[in-house]
Amino acid sequence: MAMREVLVFVGVFCACLVEAVEALTIVLAVGLTRGWRSTWEGVAAGVGVLVLTVAVLGPALTSVPINVLRLLVGALLLVFGLQWLRKAILRAAGLKGLHDEDAAFAQETDMARQAAAPTGRTRDWYAFTVAFKGVVLEGLEVAFIVVTFGANQGRLPLAASAAAVAIVVVVAAGAAVRRPLSRVPENSLKLVVGLLLTSFGTFWAAEGAGVDWPGGDAAILVLIAAYSLAAFVCVVWLRRGRALLAVTPSVP
Amino acid sequence: MTRVLAVATFVYDFLFGDDWRLALGVGVGLGLVVLADRVGLGRLWWLLPVAVLVTLVASLRRASRTS
Repeated sequence: MAMREVLVFVGVFCACLVEAVEALTIVLAVGLTRGWRSTWEGVAAGVGVLVLTVAVLGPALTSVPINVLRLLVGALLLVFGLQWLRKAILRAAGLKGLHDEDAAFAQETDMARQAAAPTGRTRDWYAFTVAFKGVVLEGLEVAFIVVTFGANQGRLPLAASAAAVAIVVVVAAGAAVRRPLSRVPENSLKLVVGLLLTSFGTFWAAEGAGVDWPGGDAAILVLIAAYSLAAFVCVVWLRRGRALLAVTPSVP
Repeated sequence: MTRVLAVATFVYDFLFGDDWRLALGVGVGLGLVVLADRVGLGRLWWLLPVAVLVTLVASLRRASRTS
């Protein structure tokens, strides 16, 4: 695999891993509380919607002229990447709470217990809907990342298989421990995804606007390095600001 | 109406997230790259990364002040 392809695989795998861990928390909470039949049906319907999104959008995007595609996809990836990067930096600096899978699991379990129980042998629509929404909402961004990365590189199967591997890993781990995967370093993964999306987004969007990068593909590595350094400096800067604020005596 | 609003909110959150200014910064950065080329300054490869960094730092600075 070429360097670009390895980075695409890593980016999609990490993005999917983070979102799959969050979806697993919801599915486990509903399944363990309400039963598995309707929950699995909801998961299957949600996965179906995501697969359909990738199957329809992926080939459709490849028919767009390459420079227009790079500009649009690059800009979209850049916006997604900056959102992930911003959130990860704020969390690393302690300015935003870390995503707590155990707390999310407790909250979802609580809500599932309080919801009305299904009557007779009908489908449990609560379990179906919550599982479906959890999978679709968490997975939609990954579906877009798969489509945009894949279409731009002409490697849709590679991007889709990276997502599939991440899902298999998370489902296997979830089935083994039957509890949320709260020890997965979600914020570090988010930071990696943010850096990769921002770097690829910058590279493709600028190429789409007509820029020739010095060094060709190697510029992606330089962008990753530069943005990583900037993220590190930002975390240190925000942590110092927070510490300074904590020791400064308040004026009466 | 409530469903339309819910879908609109979802799409807005999906595209613009916690800070819509990030999307604006990306748009302005790309606009500057195209503009620089049009006025004869050339295709400035460094312009977009600089715009991205400025946008990110401004967004983080705003977030740190409000948190």
